[in-house]
Amino acid sequence: MRKTLTTLAALALATAATAEPVKVGMITTLSGGGAGLGIDVRDGFMLALKQAEGNEIELIVEDDQRKPEVAVQLADKMIQSEKVDVLTGIIWSNLAMAVVPAATAQGKFYLSPNAGPSALAGKGCSPLYFNVAWQNDNLHEAAGAYANTAGLANSFIMAPNYPAGQDALTGYKRMYEGAVADEVYTQLGQTDYAAEIAQIRASGADSVFFFLPGGMGISFMKQYAESGVDIPLLGPAFSFDQVILQAVGDAALGVKNTSQWSKDIDNATNAAFVESFEAEYGRLPSLYASQGFDTANLLLSAAATAPVSDAAAFQAALEAAEFDSTRGDFAFGPNHHPIQDIYVREVIKEGEVLTNMIVGTALEDHADAYAAECSF
Amino acid sequence: MSLILFIEQLLNGLQFGLMLFLMAAGLTLVFGVMGLINLAHGSLYMVGAFACAGVATATGSFWLGLVAALAAAAAAGALVELVVIRRLYTRDHLDQVLATFALILIFSEGTRWLFGSFPLYLSVPPLLSGAVTLPGGIEYSLYRLALIGAGLGVAGGLCWLISGTRIGIQIRAGEADRQMIAALGVDIGRLYTLVFALGAALAGLAGALVGTIQSVQVGMGEPVLILAFVVIVIGGIGSIKGALVGALLVGLTDTLGRVLLPEAFGLFMEPAAATAVGSSLASMAIYVLMAGVLIWRPSGLFGEAPA
Repeated sequence: MRKTLTTLAALALATAATAEPVKVGMITTLSGGGAGLGIDVRDGFMLALKQAEGNEIELIVEDDQRKPEVAVQLADKMIQSEKVDVLTGIIWSNLAMAVVPAATAQGKFYLSPNAGPSALAGKGCSPLYFNVAWQNDNLHEAAGAYANTAGLANSFIMAPNYPAGQDALTGYKRMYEGAVADEVYTQLGQTDYAAEIAQIRASGADSVFFFLPGGMGISFMKQYAESGVDIPLLGPAFSFDQVILQAVGDAALGVKNTSQWSKDIDNATNAAFVESFEAEYGRLPSLYASQGFDTANLLLSAAATAPVSDAAAFQAALEAAEFDSTRGDFAFGPNHHPIQDIYVREVIKEGEVLTNMIVGTALEDHADAYAAECSF
Repeated sequence: MSLILFIEQLLNGLQFGLMLFLMAAGLTLVFGVMGLINLAHGSLYMVGAFACAGVATATGSFWLGLVAALAAAAAAGALVELVVIRRLYTRDHLDQVLATFALILIFSEGTRWLFGSFPLYLSVPPLLSGAVTLPGGIEYSLYRLALIGAGLGVAGGLCWLISGTRIGIQIRAGEADRQMIAALGVDIGRLYTLVFALGAALAGLAGALVGTIQSVQVGMGEPVLILAFVVIVIGGIGSIKGALVGALLVGLTDTLGRVLLPEAFGLFMEPAAATAVGSSLASMAIYVLMAGVLIWRPSGLFGEAPA
């Protein structure tokens, strides 16, 4: 599948004199399991481009099918034959690790709308790599911090047995001060959680922290609701986005989760984003959509102040992050990862639609734990 | 680990095994009777789950959804047999694998085209939701108990069908010698379509029953398909009894392995490392079981030894 979207100067004369066309290659997951995330990022990104009149961004979107080897091929094609200036779009950390180091080594900018593996935040950081979403550990750290303030002292913690799952439990334990009732690694892609739920029931814990993205989270929460266990759940926003909530149904009501974005963050940019996204696509935006939207606006802000052919100036323009984020305040740390507030949300029902509402702030102006290891 | 927790895990293993049996039964029948490797069996599981979710959402009734799942999967199975599979009986296994793999792609993209990329909502009917307390003080999900009941019921029904009815006699005869029963005047083409539709309906039933407590999404069938293949290899290809025993063995090994192995390593390792090592070994446990069975009995527990 291939889409070329050229939004050419309708109001070219009105834009700054420095503006020159920027060619952007988006590699994201549009088919297979996890396609919902890539579709949201793409739709958020395209919405921002559509709203920015007179921009000269040329966007090419390709589907990586969640396969690292496909992503690498697409990146090679975009860099060598399409001659893009900027790459973006990758959802999964293992794909990002396959593409990003090679792309930045060839002098291309990479703006991450989602994946934030620790290797790219610490020793493997690059001046051309910017993460607009979060470092992978951040939302789990926030869940740990929230557990402390909520007085939770005995957590059962659970994640799939793969690198991002291990990072999740590490992130939670970095902030969490209570005891760990039990630590369980499930299989990646597991669909039946009866054995784990029985362990939770027997553990005597006062809370369950879990990181089970996509379909794994849907399966777990449905089965948990049927099991009769009533220990409160806690997790990062990845298991509670707009798509997952509709599939889980009322079983998710009242669950606390941590996120850097929520549709009720109170600022004008966010309100306009939520309204226009719903009008354009007929569904509520997810955090992934907000990340795509912010990534596009960051790119537009840099393109308006510096030509992409002047890499140093373009990099400085990205570092300045002079755009209106849906998250309100937004700034990059020294390793080009966000310094931002992370909120605690609760799953509520608005009419017939399940969604999230902010109930507190878990971490303010939070930076990631790897910034000190990064030196450009 | 307390006795109650252990019994609860046994029930979990039993339930998982019985759902695997529904998948494996169709697969082993089709292989045994027609000599066909059907990789698209997982797609029929997905068809059942999507039909159930679609109809349950539209009508508000889970039970109508369940009927729709059976009907849709059986119809899809019969259609696939008539249009594609029928041409493959005389081909070798590589052609069958290629053609049925193509069917997986067609089913997946077709489902995405109809229903979109986002998971569908399907929930437990109110009649079966919540937990019950069993004798001995075990709290257990009512829906999972119903799954155990449904699995046992289907297993009993299949055994009766195979050993006690005329159709069953024809199916067993077809496994033994297909030319001979054709010569005796049995319409072998119709029998094949029937067996294929029956296997598809069982897969669709499993998809709908399990999809209710899992994520109904494109590609949900393939992981189950791999497990079903493990089951029929352990049980012996073509044997319904083998499929039942194999499915229960796999279900119990997987469930108890996930629980017991990390605990066993915890006796002499620090907890975090024990969890990681135990979980990794648990994900291998069923394949180790399969390898062990194959060393002991190369044609599976109830398989016919090759002549």
